[in-house]
Amino acid sequence: MPVTAQEEEIAAPGPAGGAGREPLLRVEGISVNFGAVQALSDVSLDIHRGEIVAIIGPNGAGKTTLLNVISGFYHPQRGRIVFDGKDRTQLKPFEVAELGIARTFQNVALFKGMTVLDNIMTGRLLKMRGHFLLDALYWGPARRQELEHRAAVERIIDFLEIQAIRKTPAGRLPYGLQKRVELARALAAEPQLLLLDEPMAGMNVEEKEDMCRFVLDVHDEFGTTIALIEHDMSVVMDISDRVVALDYGRKIAEGIPDAVRTDRAVIDAYLGVAHD
Amino acid sequence: MPCAPTAPSSTPISGWPMIELLRGVLVAPFADMAGNLTFLTEVLFGGVAAGLMYSLVALGFVLIFKASGVFNFAQGVMVLFSALTLVGLMEKGVPVPIALALTLLTMVALAFVIERVVLRPLVNQEPIILFMATIGLNFFLEGFGEMAWGANVKKLDIGIPDTSFIVRGVQVNRLELTAALTAAVLVGILAVFFQRTKIGRALRAVADDHEAALSIGIPLKTIWVIVWSVAGLVALVAGIMWGAKSGVQFSLSLIALKSLPVLILGGFTSVPGAIAGGLIIGVGEKLGEVYWGPLVGGAIENWFAYVLALAFLLVRPQGLFGEKIIERV
Repeated sequence: MPVTAQEEEIAAPGPAGGAGREPLLRVEGISVNFGAVQALSDVSLDIHRGEIVAIIGPNGAGKTTLLNVISGFYHPQRGRIVFDGKDRTQLKPFEVAELGIARTFQNVALFKGMTVLDNIMTGRLLKMRGHFLLDALYWGPARRQELEHRAAVERIIDFLEIQAIRKTPAGRLPYGLQKRVELARALAAEPQLLLLDEPMAGMNVEEKEDMCRFVLDVHDEFGTTIALIEHDMSVVMDISDRVVALDYGRKIAEGIPDAVRTDRAVIDAYLGVAHD
Repeated sequence: MPCAPTAPSSTPISGWPMIELLRGVLVAPFADMAGNLTFLTEVLFGGVAAGLMYSLVALGFVLIFKASGVFNFAQGVMVLFSALTLVGLMEKGVPVPIALALTLLTMVALAFVIERVVLRPLVNQEPIILFMATIGLNFFLEGFGEMAWGANVKKLDIGIPDTSFIVRGVQVNRLELTAALTAAVLVGILAVFFQRTKIGRALRAVADDHEAALSIGIPLKTIWVIVWSVAGLVALVAGIMWGAKSGVQFSLSLIALKSLPVLILGGFTSVPGAIAGGLIIGVGEKLGEVYWGPLVGGAIENWFAYVLALAFLLVRPQGLFGEKIIERV
């Protein structure tokens, strides 16, 4: 499996190399509660440049909440988020996107009525400059700009091997491909940090292998820092440099995949604990 | 044999009215058209002019539907409200350009208020709830407009006389011509702008999925304000044109009903659809009225649009250019 081979190459500079420098994203003591439900309590987490970090945990552990906090959909009641050296705890989702954080959703959030091409083009909206009148005339710089972005999108389409479905409305695609298109849209924004919420959920083995390959290729090719939530442990162990485990809104373990896999607290969280 | 000739001749006798009818429907009108081309041109011009005016109103619906997935029940009243504001200001002695600017400002301010008071609290709600909110908006604007400017019929004089001139024997109404040209220019600009630009794509994105749109960096609120402002501008232009034609009064808000079939025909999500739909209905109902009207005793103009829309709903519910509704199960 090519996945394992690549993992060994990138595992080295991961946690050890990045530890000394300023992390790309620092989450400090985040707490989020919805009414009486404590979704996250005092969670801290660093993500370094060039890492692939997996966030694991049983259902309801607060993984998606953490991702939503990072991408600005929720605002934490306590704690701080520092991205690229700047505090950005209270930013709104579209402002987070402007900073260079792109994400995908657990239940694919594509623009279903639009073609795959248009979906991916929307990912570049932030890269486009608006010339109100020139845009309307589709003339001069506006036209050049559109063509430039189109070229960038075509590169991503080639990269993720979705040439054949370019003109298909996204809503008509099978689930696995929709996930891939969503990844393409996130990539189109050329993010510094890519957040993937269960990119392989509901996929068959073959689709999972493809997705693994794409995630690793993205990492190698563009040097994108990636944080992903995933349930499939073999996937997590294969592709991540570091694993963070959550349970009941708390961080219970953090470290290299092998260490987390054998961690007592993690095993207890997944299998349940005998109260003796 | 006395029986022999009667048998075959009975068939043509009972068949005659049928053939007569078919001739009346399929042949005579076209012969009439070909027979008097000048008159046909006049009818077609009237149809295109009316059609563009329908398109103008329909466009307001399309813009808002595209951006927020909401059918804006209040679009018709927005037309009335903008026209009322304009006339009201002009009656107070405000010069026309300033009155126009002030009315436009009012519509933009209205867009801000709607975003803050109606849309923002209802973000991510079911479309039906947003639809109900626009019904509320409809009643509010109707009452507010009448409270502010009075309920009596007002005359809107924009300085273009409601008279005709003749080009090569074809009568052309100045007011209709101006309205048609204005509508055509506005519709053209908006169509290109929303089809080809960054904002157009952002609009479609917002309409499709709020969350996903936010995640790729589209500020929802800004988009909504832009869209409702543009819808306000479109309403103002429609209000001026229709108001100049038939006076500014409550019934102005009912032209919205006439643009519903246009939307069904063209597709709720398509700017070119709104234009094509308007033209088809405008021209269709005028031709129907003039050439086929006598067959059924007239008044085709009143129901043509709705029957056509019904037929479309059966055959092609997404309209001519609308996005097909896709649901994977």
